[in-house]
Amino acid sequence: MIDLETELRSRIDGLKRKIVRKAVATCERRIERELPEKIGKELSELHAEKGFIRMRVERSSILKLCRLLKDSYKFNHLSLITTVDWDDRFELVYHLFSYPYNCAAEIKVEIPRDDPKVDSVTPLWGGANWHEREAYDMMGIVFLNHPDLRRILLPQEYEYFPLRKDFKMELE
Amino acid sequence: MAEMWINMGPQHPMTHGLWNLRIKVDGEIIVDAVPEIGYLHRGMEKIFEHRTYPQIGPITDRLCYGSSFTWNHLYCLTIENLMKLEIPERAKYIRVMVIEMQRIASHLMWIAAYAADLGLLAGFLWAMREREIFLDLMQALSGSRLTYNYARIGGVAADLPSDFERDALRAVNYFEKKLEEYEALYRDSKIFLMRNQGIGVLSKEDAINRGVTGPTLRASGVKYDIRKDQPYEVYEEIDFEPQSSPDCDCYGRYVVRMNEMRESCKIIRQALSKMPQGPVRVKTPLIGPQGDAIGRVEDPRGEGIMYVIGDGSEKPYRLKVRSPLFVILSAARQMLVGYKIADVVAIMGSIDVCMGETDK
Repeated sequence: MIDLETELRSRIDGLKRKIVRKAVATCERRIERELPEKIGKELSELHAEKGFIRMRVERSSILKLCRLLKDSYKFNHLSLITTVDWDDRFELVYHLFSYPYNCAAEIKVEIPRDDPKVDSVTPLWGGANWHEREAYDMMGIVFLNHPDLRRILLPQEYEYFPLRKDFKMELE
Repeated sequence: MAEMWINMGPQHPMTHGLWNLRIKVDGEIIVDAVPEIGYLHRGMEKIFEHRTYPQIGPITDRLCYGSSFTWNHLYCLTIENLMKLEIPERAKYIRVMVIEMQRIASHLMWIAAYAADLGLLAGFLWAMREREIFLDLMQALSGSRLTYNYARIGGVAADLPSDFERDALRAVNYFEKKLEEYEALYRDSKIFLMRNQGIGVLSKEDAINRGVTGPTLRASGVKYDIRKDQPYEVYEEIDFEPQSSPDCDCYGRYVVRMNEMRESCKIIRQALSKMPQGPVRVKTPLIGPQGDAIGRVEDPRGEGIMYVIGDGSEKPYRLKVRSPLFVILSAARQMLVGYKIADVVAIMGSIDVCMGETDK
């Protein structure tokens, strides 16, 4: 006796996976073909593999790239904004996700240490609001046009940015 | 009537941890809400940068006392992605099984706290009683009750103890019967329904735009589960159905979590029956390579992400934690505005707040 329900479900799952894989491949191909034309020279790196698209872009066109990804390629979920201190410069890493295409994107942006300012993406994704406040709180990066850029985890009157590498912990 | 600001918290029965919800009310109606967090901030990301890879494991347990294994596992998964390690098949099945036990324990703690919030004290006692069974099982595995430190980079700490399979199956069979009793307790309680249905509505568009994930997103009608759509470990081999609800309200979140516990029972049973024999851990290097890696899992509360950057030394250069609750709390305003003060407890309870992971 075969279990009809389990059998059906596993076949549907297999079919779904096939459709999703096709959607991911289409999305990747479209991005690889169209993005370099639309953004231009400011997009210095573009690499797509297995539903994960890596990009590197100049600071001036981050908002343009994000708007394009959101409107034309349905990247409707902003997962995470990470800040990295590379001693001579800062780096922001954005992780985006597309529910309809089921694929992820990673955007890296470099920011000079003496002028840590970048456009906010909160107008596009409301979820970016607290991520950017955290980035400001921990690393001191200023997001232009952010609706409410205050410290979030540390006290408002705190003077330091503790995740910078020149902020030493006592045990060192 | 004059509008005024009210502080709910940092110490208030509604908060489940230390955080402050400032709400602006017009009479009894909420017109604005501003959550303030940071009371439990321990500087975890800075601490991570000063510990070696194996030393970080036990700290990640402390991210959330309600579901410590998922965070511990997420950390190990991320470092395995960084080091490009392949772990034994048996370890993968054990991990899946423990993750689901943790999910049940976490959801039970949620329903217990939620029932107590809404004045249903029997619900609190019932759920805590059944949660203890799963805590006992995990104690048999790891030796501790809440912070297990059971996952290791390259597998799990130890193989299953003798008779574990029998005990786990008994627990699951017993718990499935108890779930029916819960449903009768909650679904047939008129007060529970009145305080849940149509309260705290978060539309599908808002939920996606605000970055809301996990049961809260699925209760807003988006059928998206990382275990199904971007499978990790051995979830691809396992037959289960992600749960969602079109209600968008507190009742929808209750329904999603209840059905998820039922699916978790199915997953535990399958993991136990499909588990092969063999080693549970591989030897791993102490020094991580240069480069970056990302780990992405479905935590009981939403999408958990860790992003690691290695610089070729024994310590990570940067380890970033994405806490699902950190983002969901920022959507508090969307859920609260327009409802009455008395609904705040139900709405904020329904998202399963855990301050440990939120404040890091």
